[in-house]
Amino acid sequence: MDIDKLTETAKTIRRDIIKMTTEVNSGHPGGSLSATDIITVLYFKAMRHDPQNPSWPDRDRFILSKGHAAPALYSALAHSGYFPKEQLLTLRKFGSPLQGHPEMGKLQGVEASTGSLGQGLSIASGIALAGKIDNKDYHTYVMIGDGESEEGQIWEAAMSSAYYRLDNLTAFIDYNSIQLDGWVKDVMELEPIVDKWKGFGWHVIEIDGHNFTQIIKAIDEAKAAKGKPTVVVARTIKGKGVSFMENNVEFHGMAATREQMEAALKELG
Amino acid sequence: MSCKRVYGMATRDAYGKMLVELGRENPAIVALDADLSKSTKSVLFAKEFKDRFFNMGIAEANMVSTAAGLASCGKIPFASSFASFLMCKTFDQLRMSVANPHLNVKLVGSHGGISIGEDGASQMAIEDIALACSLPGFIVLVPADEFSTMALVRQAAEHAGPVYIRTGRPKAPVIYQQGSDIKIGTANIVREGIDVTVIANGLMVQEAVEAACVCSERGIDVRVIDMHTVKPIDINIIVQSAQTTGAIVTAEEHLLSGGLGSAVAQVVSEHCPVPMGFVGLNDTYAESGTPDELFRKYGLTAEHIVRKIEEVMKRK
Repeated sequence: MDIDKLTETAKTIRRDIIKMTTEVNSGHPGGSLSATDIITVLYFKAMRHDPQNPSWPDRDRFILSKGHAAPALYSALAHSGYFPKEQLLTLRKFGSPLQGHPEMGKLQGVEASTGSLGQGLSIASGIALAGKIDNKDYHTYVMIGDGESEEGQIWEAAMSSAYYRLDNLTAFIDYNSIQLDGWVKDVMELEPIVDKWKGFGWHVIEIDGHNFTQIIKAIDEAKAAKGKPTVVVARTIKGKGVSFMENNVEFHGMAATREQMEAALKELG
Repeated sequence: MSCKRVYGMATRDAYGKMLVELGRENPAIVALDADLSKSTKSVLFAKEFKDRFFNMGIAEANMVSTAAGLASCGKIPFASSFASFLMCKTFDQLRMSVANPHLNVKLVGSHGGISIGEDGASQMAIEDIALACSLPGFIVLVPADEFSTMALVRQAAEHAGPVYIRTGRPKAPVIYQQGSDIKIGTANIVREGIDVTVIANGLMVQEAVEAACVCSERGIDVRVIDMHTVKPIDINIIVQSAQTTGAIVTAEEHLLSGGLGSAVAQVVSEHCPVPMGFVGLNDTYAESGTPDELFRKYGLTAEHIVRKIEEVMKRK
């Protein structure tokens, strides 16, 4: 997929995020919108996967550790062909496989049950380790939140993934700078984030998480890096793409009203 | 099984031995530990299968979620640590990484209960069974001796789904023999009796047997059941015992809340209410000391079981 197509697909996913969350009047649009461009590149350009064969042992895996960005993941899965797009509007509704946070076994394509923050990097690390044991060439991707990086387990997994030289593992930090209670720097400072990951023995790449060229290049570089896992510190904007949601902490865990949805969809085009 | 105890291997040693056997048979089996492999005995596996053993360092949460990732790729991970750290430090990882997606992860907590002795309360798991039983879809096993440990560990590896196995530090009195019929989910009657039933597991099985021997001299005929599988619990044998003996005492090396006693009481109250008595730790942590001293102070000896039997008999 070229960059024009990726741009279009990301726009579609953003529209879905707004519609899905407004439809059920709950969910986390802000962190879904910030994650969208990376998830788009993964599912529509970078990853080797087959929606017709979701348990293919050689597939690349993606773990959404920041499970509250589920709407972005679900939309990417639906447009990839894992399940009918019509199901997207059942998000968070009774009887739907589209749980509030992703649950493995409920929905095709979901590789782990996440939402309790901090666990996804360890799970991804286990998947990467299994790939090493079996000499498989699949790659494991995981996205963690900046706020999520306050969890101690992230740093346990950072240590063990480097120790076991999991160069088949790439983590993205969706660094949108905002968490539920406010600016990350005001809740619990993460800086110097690059030094921290370097200190833990990772290959670190810093990018603009909304620039497709940079995202693609980072993935290529991560796959080429040998002997250590890669972390991509992706500077993003919470609520990216909808002016009144951008950098607005209110939309961390609140859906747009119907009127706001109309305005947002108009902006997104 | 006998009135006089004969010590065999510690259940943790039996686990280590069986894990090696399973490793030879099945390349999908991998093991993880959190810097306690010499104590949990996963070290035996580590020595023979260097590239299938992963020491995760002192980081239990990461170990459990990593095991989940391995299981999602078809591996059969056995993750061990002390029962206290394995269950208490990683409960949320067990909940969301393992139980929610029902992954094929085996958790083996050694040093269960207070019989670890001198190390004291921080290292003693007295709530691990309650925690494990509260995880949907988990099988929870508390083997009494080396033979039942080996049989149950083997079946745990064959079962597709999460299993928690508690092993112990000290040498365990022998209850069974090579080839005894031990199955997950089916309790074993280790001594027949008609007046009252004692349902025990782990080291408390031998205590119960010795209590039955004392009672026998006093004219009380005690049935002793080894409920090695706390979940799913053997409902049939509990109901049948309640009906035929009319009274039940449970005995466990665990807090009285949420463990074997609670599980048995749930079955008894629903299907066949009879007088019950409970032997276990009563809302307290233990302390440093020898296992014998601790069993006496915290009410876990054969003598305590005898007293409970006599008290329950009066309520029949």
